[in-house]
Amino acid sequence: MDFFKSFGKNKTASKNVAKERLKLVLIRDRSDLSPRFIEMIKGDIIRVVREYVEIDVDGLDIKLTRIRRDYDNTPVSALVANIPIIKVKDNYK
Amino acid sequence: MGNGKSIVITSGKGGVGKTTTTANIGTGLAMLGYKVVVVDTDIGLRNLDVVMGLENRIVYDLVDVVEGNCRLKQGLIKDKRYEGLYLLPAAQTKDKTAVTPEQMMDLVSKLREEFDYIIIDSPAGIEQGFKNSIAGADQAFIVTTPEISAVRDADRVIGILEANGISDPKLIINRIRYDMVKRGDMMNVDDIVDILAIDLLGIIPDDEAIVISTNKGEPVVAEDKPLAAKAYKNICDRITGKEVEFLDLDDHEGKFSKILKLLFSR
Repeated sequence: MDFFKSFGKNKTASKNVAKERLKLVLIRDRSDLSPRFIEMIKGDIIRVVREYVEIDVDGLDIKLTRIRRDYDNTPVSALVANIPIIKVKDNYK
Repeated sequence: MGNGKSIVITSGKGGVGKTTTTANIGTGLAMLGYKVVVVDTDIGLRNLDVVMGLENRIVYDLVDVVEGNCRLKQGLIKDKRYEGLYLLPAAQTKDKTAVTPEQMMDLVSKLREEFDYIIIDSPAGIEQGFKNSIAGADQAFIVTTPEISAVRDADRVIGILEANGISDPKLIINRIRYDMVKRGDMMNVDDIVDILAIDLLGIIPDDEAIVISTNKGEPVVAEDKPLAAKAYKNICDRITGKEVEFLDLDDHEGKFSKILKLLFSR
């Protein structure tokens, strides 16, 4: 296996390690909202979304990050919520 | 209020090339015929004077000007080679609390009347000295190197600038080593721009010429040949609104090593 590994050098290139580490550390650095505040937002979002769909509460992820706005490419801070849906409730189908 | 534009050069992390960048952008803009003042706000650890080669001409400094011990004109040191280029040095024997953000705003607004560009060299860190340096700035240039620690600090500073009303900072990536990028052992320009999500202003290659020019106290931008000089000239052109393509560092790899690589890549 080591023989084949040496060909896939991009996978082990140290810059990829740096990028991954950097991305993770920045997620933490950027979320200067207090954990309590995040938990409050989380609670409210769960309550609202649950009205309509069944969601995976453990898989729910909310973070503060920086993205480029679609229409003019300006960098903005954004609250990004990733909410895994298990299924849509029958009465809303 | 005058029309001069004030730009702070900052990074968060120390040692990434803020002072060198300030000296080169200042000199480069002066070479284009603009009236420029470079301001060192690193009180207690001044260095812009030695990078510009003006250390022997200092009489008064930033704190003297702010406290009114001398007139603004007396505090400004004229560059030895370029007409229209001036340095306002930091004080070496005071500490950072000797100046307040309000005083800096006042100072910058006076400089605006005399100069086209006010380039402010920020100290490392995010404390008082940093706050002073951004107080009078219209715009910020973030200097970083392709290292995790420098990019992380740059991200932090971008956030703080935004919170202080300085939005849309521009990025200068310093000390790119093309050989390492090619091997995959250094983050490349796209990696860093993606992560920081701000606009790129320039790419400076890691170049021995910078060390040599700093030894002599003559900013590299004034030279013809070094790649770093070209990179700084391009940045100055972009500042003045020209569209210039980014350096393709691959082009400047030695022909010989290119041939070798071609032979061995088969």
